[in-house]
Amino acid sequence: MHSAHIRFKSIEASDPQLSATSASALAEVLALLAAWLVVGLAGLVRPGSLRFAGRTLFPLGALVSVAIAVVAAANLGAAPTRVVLPFGLPDLPMHLRLDPLSGIFLVLLGAASAGISVFAAGYFRSGEGTPPGLLCFQYHVFLASMGLVLLADDAYAFMIAWETMALSSYFLVIAQHRIAEIRRAGYLYLVMAHVGALAILLCFGVLQGGSWQFTFDAMRGAHLPPAWAGAAFLLALAGFGAKGGLVPLHAWLPEAHPAAPSPVSALLSGVMLKMAVYGLLRVAFDLIGGLPWWWGLVPVALGLFSALYGIAFAAAQTDMKRLLAYSSIENLGLLFTGIGLAMVFRGASMPTFAALALVAVLYHAINHAFMKSLLFLGTGAVLHSTGERNLGRLGGLIHRMPWVAWLTLVGALAIAGLPPLNGFVSEWLLLQAFLASHAVPYPFVNMLLPLGLGLVALIAALAGYVMVKFFGVVFLGRAREAALADAHDAGFAERLGLGWLALGCVLLGLLPAAVVPVLAGVAQWLGVGALPRPAAGWWMLVPLDARQASYAAPVIAATLFAAVAATSFVLRLVYRRRVRLAEPWACGGAGLSGRTQDTAEGFGQPIRHLFAPFFAMRRALPSPFDAEPRYEVTIGDRFWNVLYAPLAPLTDRVAGALAALQRGRIATFLLYALVTLCLLLALVLVL
Amino acid sequence: MIPPLVMQLLDSLAALLLLLSFAMLAQRRIVTLVDLFALQGAVLCAATLLLAWRTGEVNLYLSAALTLSVKVIALPRLLHAMIRRLGVYWDTDPLLNISGTMLVGVPIVVFAFGLAQPISALASTATRSAIGIAIAVILLAFLTMITRRKAMSQVIGFLSMENGLFFGAMCASYGMPMIVELGVALDVLVAMLVLGVFFFQIREQFDSLDLDRLESRREAP
Repeated sequence: MHSAHIRFKSIEASDPQLSATSASALAEVLALLAAWLVVGLAGLVRPGSLRFAGRTLFPLGALVSVAIAVVAAANLGAAPTRVVLPFGLPDLPMHLRLDPLSGIFLVLLGAASAGISVFAAGYFRSGEGTPPGLLCFQYHVFLASMGLVLLADDAYAFMIAWETMALSSYFLVIAQHRIAEIRRAGYLYLVMAHVGALAILLCFGVLQGGSWQFTFDAMRGAHLPPAWAGAAFLLALAGFGAKGGLVPLHAWLPEAHPAAPSPVSALLSGVMLKMAVYGLLRVAFDLIGGLPWWWGLVPVALGLFSALYGIAFAAAQTDMKRLLAYSSIENLGLLFTGIGLAMVFRGASMPTFAALALVAVLYHAINHAFMKSLLFLGTGAVLHSTGERNLGRLGGLIHRMPWVAWLTLVGALAIAGLPPLNGFVSEWLLLQAFLASHAVPYPFVNMLLPLGLGLVALIAALAGYVMVKFFGVVFLGRAREAALADAHDAGFAERLGLGWLALGCVLLGLLPAAVVPVLAGVAQWLGVGALPRPAAGWWMLVPLDARQASYAAPVIAATLFAAVAATSFVLRLVYRRRVRLAEPWACGGAGLSGRTQDTAEGFGQPIRHLFAPFFAMRRALPSPFDAEPRYEVTIGDRFWNVLYAPLAPLTDRVAGALAALQRGRIATFLLYALVTLCLLLALVLVL
Repeated sequence: MIPPLVMQLLDSLAALLLLLSFAMLAQRRIVTLVDLFALQGAVLCAATLLLAWRTGEVNLYLSAALTLSVKVIALPRLLHAMIRRLGVYWDTDPLLNISGTMLVGVPIVVFAFGLAQPISALASTATRSAIGIAIAVILLAFLTMITRRKAMSQVIGFLSMENGLFFGAMCASYGMPMIVELGVALDVLVAMLVLGVFFFQIREQFDSLDLDRLESRREAP
């Protein structure tokens, strides 16, 4: 680091004390990002050594993560600080900036990746595929690039960080690159990432508004005509939507997440998808000026559709990691919905509700980082212990892997949106925001938006259904395969990682009254609006007005705990010595095998029927007279068939047409050159 | 001001250049093709000298010396040596027969003159009327490359194209900057050497310098 050349500038120079502390905060964050890189580089020293990477480097990386989260959290209220690093192309130094919006996402990055890194310390095994040291390098480059995405304050730095993030995560996804299917998934991911990056690049091109200055400050100052502002927003939505799995740009997500090793899936889903949310927030609320309010309806509509689509597909999945990937599409859909809602409220001059929607988005982003990482890591532990991802071959693992099962249960309950865990809080806040949408002063919009309320409720209910399926099929019931008897619980580091994330879910659920004012501060800094701060105890979350709605998580938790304890106490008292234990799903009898249980397919079947238009389903039903009846169902994505599949033949056809030009005769090529030359000369003549 | 007699002399030299281009287009004997190329270089050299004498530009003298040494002496000798070693004396049956090629050449010359008109109007040199001829030489050389089968004649066509460029620069602005001219001359020599190596490689591989053999090597569509 050329610390001598780094110039720190604070926006609020009037308060030297404040600027000094926050300037050092940016320096600290940068130093910590560099520390990540150093940890990653250290992995290259002994790329083959699993012990070195697992015992030393990943825990060190986790420590750095915690430090980043702490530094960013401590400076959330500070004024933005910036620094110009003399890196990069000549005359294009990197502009970096730490402000509350990037700060809150840095907290998310640090806090979630800390748990994931600790888990990863115990997760990676030697075997085919990328050696552990190299994996460690890619992993930490990935983390550092995400940090840089959050700090970037000009388009160049942003794009460099964004592309580094895409590339490093691509290499992580194809860690098991000897498997052709994984290489294909990685390729699809890479292509979609680049298509998205292209859209983002074009978005910045529009945002500079003719000034040809690509710092974010210049973009903030540029005044775009409404049409161009809309174009920039659409490009941003396409670019960040492709990264965030917004339907129909979601095709890579259910392929790449299962292909990656579980800690990487957790990082992709828990953290990297949030970079898309960050990017869209940055563009929509910070960089674009003069965007008409109704553009907000686009992310609302796409987000709601995306969420419903994702959760319906999640219900139909039989691969546990694909199920979680589709659930990520659902959650990201809700986040995009919230962003759109905040834009509509902002345009409608309802600042309080805009702030509420934005707080819901930020809260849900953090929540999802914790709970989805937790679930992905849980599936990783199951995968290691059993070698199975297929739900049809799992079951009853709560007896073999109690730690993993109970910790995963926390994540499953949280993502199902049940109080007193964190998922409930953010979805409740989003519903509160939706409840106000009838007051939007635009005709039709104020009638249609409240319908979103019903959709969000439906989505939340379906999420619960999916989580019952996920947890029930994997951990409850009986083992569906004999081999599952050998399953063993996760190691210490893995338990620690899972425990960290589960603790996050519980704390975020129990203490929303402490979290919401912090997030409201970020929303206020973005100029969206301020939330009122009604006087209420630490246990009581009152987003707007105590007469309207309030939520006391600790009270609910205590009530639930007391109710469960009392019920179990009464049951034990009443039914003492009259209890006979039988295998689950055996109807109280015996002699039925582990196969006679509800399956993942069976559990998802009603959803498949209800949402039949979503699925491209092919079924092979057995006839009653088959000696060996077989039931097969494959579920395809209609968007794949309509949007993606035709692309390859189209490209082939265009290439075939162009191949006719390539005759392979040198004289022909020369003729092309002559004709081109003459045409160009004639053009010059005409012009 | 350049006296009319010198102007007329320059114009005749330019016409000779164009005539030589057509001759090259029609010639099937490669040895003669090289001689024609050398002759074209000599005419170019003479025109440059004449212009240098009348305008007093030192650059043009240097340029004429360069043309003489590279295009009249060095390259033809190199080409002749190569022809002897490779044993290619004829470029029989061109892709388009001779009379057809000549017929195509006529509209190309017309096009070139049409093209040169606005450029001539912009140029301030005395020789601006000859720009059309320069462009015609370039395009005709291109046509020579297209219609020939042997790699050797294509190389000669390429070199002749360079002659046209040179002449064009001379007419439009009394020559290119010296450094560019030196660079181009060096490039031509190097290209010649590289191509020579290629010729031998091609013959080693295919026992022929016919480009048709090369073309059968193309990627399958």
